Amino acid sequence: MEPFLEHIGLCVPLDRVNIDTDQIIPKQFLKRIERTGFGEFLFYDWRYYDDGSTNPDFILNHDQYKDGTVLITGTNFGCGSSREHAPWALLDYGFRVIIAPSFADIFKNNCYKNGILPVILSTEAVEELMLAATSEDDYRLRINLEAQLVIRPDGVSCSFEIDDFQKNCMLKGIDEIGWTLQFESQIADYEAQSRI
Amino acid sequence: MSPKTMFKKIWDNHVVRESQGEATVLYIDTHLIHEVTSPQAFEGLRLANRRVRRPDQAFATMDHNVPTTDRSLPITDLISKKQMETLTKNCEEFGIRLYDLHHSNQGIVHVLGPELGITQPGMTIVCGDSHTSTHGAFGALAFGIGTSEIEHVLATQCLLQHQPETFEICIDGQLQFGVTAKDIILSVIGRIDIDGGTGTVVEYTGSAIKSLGIEERMTICNMSIEAGARAGMIAPDDKTYEYIAGREFAPKGEEFDKAVANWKKLSTDSGATYDHSITISAADLAPQVTWGTNPGMVINVTETIPDPDKMPTQHQKKAAENALMYMDLKPNTPITQITIDKVFIGSCTNSRITDLRVAAEIAKDRKVSSNVNAIVVPGSQAVKRQAEAEGLDEVFRSAGFEWREAGCSMCLAMNDDVLQPGERCASTSNRNFEGRQGKDGRTHLVSPQMAAAAAIEGKFVDVRTWRS
Repeated sequence: MEPFLEHIGLCVPLDRVNIDTDQIIPKQFLKRIERTGFGEFLFYDWRYYDDGSTNPDFILNHDQYKDGTVLITGTNFGCGSSREHAPWALLDYGFRVIIAPSFADIFKNNCYKNGILPVILSTEAVEELMLAATSEDDYRLRINLEAQLVIRPDGVSCSFEIDDFQKNCMLKGIDEIGWTLQFESQIADYEAQSRI
Repeated sequence: MSPKTMFKKIWDNHVVRESQGEATVLYIDTHLIHEVTSPQAFEGLRLANRRVRRPDQAFATMDHNVPTTDRSLPITDLISKKQMETLTKNCEEFGIRLYDLHHSNQGIVHVLGPELGITQPGMTIVCGDSHTSTHGAFGALAFGIGTSEIEHVLATQCLLQHQPETFEICIDGQLQFGVTAKDIILSVIGRIDIDGGTGTVVEYTGSAIKSLGIEERMTICNMSIEAGARAGMIAPDDKTYEYIAGREFAPKGEEFDKAVANWKKLSTDSGATYDHSITISAADLAPQVTWGTNPGMVINVTETIPDPDKMPTQHQKKAAENALMYMDLKPNTPITQITIDKVFIGSCTNSRITDLRVAAEIAKDRKVSSNVNAIVVPGSQAVKRQAEAEGLDEVFRSAGFEWREAGCSMCLAMNDDVLQPGERCASTSNRNFEGRQGKDGRTHLVSPQMAAAAAIEGKFVDVRTWRS
């Protein structure tokens, strides 16, 4: 995984609560056995009509949001299925940061493992950013992980919480499996003691 | 020693390493695997030249995209076929036990785990599927994981975890006739909402929970994730031990007695506290029907479709408006006036033998409405064999239900069992998200009894008073 230090990107406001992973990546695309190439199927049923043409009303299809890399959305984003195809699709499309008042647990974990930063801000703060991203042209945010700050174009910033270990893993792009494997002897001791 | 919750006991028993500022290295006893979320994990192992640490603690099956029609015929969906072949190849290469499409143990991963005695109290169990919470019904700590974590477990038999909070949901009192485990859990989700359990592990307690059979307890724990909880658990008791005894992977003889003695120590100590608690009176519960596009949008069968204008917040109003538009429903319509096109009895929530028995009891000597297409999909080959031995397949067939092979089927519609656009389904599954059962398909989640009765009537009815 590539280290995540700071990201500056165009914001896409997706003003809806409880967006589930079935919407992020519908099941017909879960049959692939690769990790890549899911971006074109992101939010498929909202992005495209039945005949495959694009739905001009959906936010990702608006011209001004085409290069978006920061998704701003409602509470409980990523609820439902544990499919990691959801963050794979978001990443492959280009999103590096998702800002919401809350995330579903498994989805949030899956984001960290793929170098997407889930940022939790208060409902009021998210609503403010949503409004700005909707009404202002080319609204870009700077997200600094080391300082745990979301910095607005006017220089005003708000801080966010992140677990220290998770932060460290993202900053350094740590291979978590490799990290656990350094404790191989402790795992073996545990197995011996538990007679597993 | 200070009193502990059941969750904390199991957690503490599985800590391999704990250090300030680090995630806990938690040992995983059992890893369940299926074809959809695992290919990229095995590929990751190959790319990093890593081995599977404990193939003996992994069990794989094919369930998500398997056909439920005649299995002697070739699989026509070539992409699904490739995914199944990939699982076979991966299991062979890494030495993992596989119950493939034609194996007599094949079934939905959360049905076969308990059925084979793989699921036992006190264990940590994971699977790349959010409904892994099902196994908590035995007093295990069981939760769903993503594909990166599948790879982590394969390579290390451990996961990096942060300790969640605990949430006691106490269901006390006696359920009315016709009110089931499914109605309990749907009511819970309706009450705490679909993110009410986020960041927590739920323990279900109370006399109503104790009175439930093991398979009903699985229905409850299964849907913990629909309230956002990582896991749901129920303390093991004599019913649990009886259920496990004699199953293929259960301890045998003296080992079993020793195991039971240990399992009896797992229950939450008196005086232990939970981070959150609620109590619900079982007697007040009615059969539930979802009306919207998530499992928290649920009401009693006797109620009418909610009016978005009466929702307390703008977000809820907008969500309700979106849901009603998708579901093609009007505010204030009685649930019992909603007609349906399809009925699906199955899924890891409600496809076990007890679910099929209660549905068959309703279907017996009756006919599925001429406007309805209804299918019954047993959760596993073993459930199918048992049902056929009891003649339930004949009951369903003569009533006009289709009797299928085991798999996830129309719960997530990855195979050919799909709703057509605009079709409305009474489903015993766990999610009514937009498009879940097919693009523009409309799902109403209900109990097996409610689904069977809806199939007969062509619309929702209150099973408590129906043809009484």
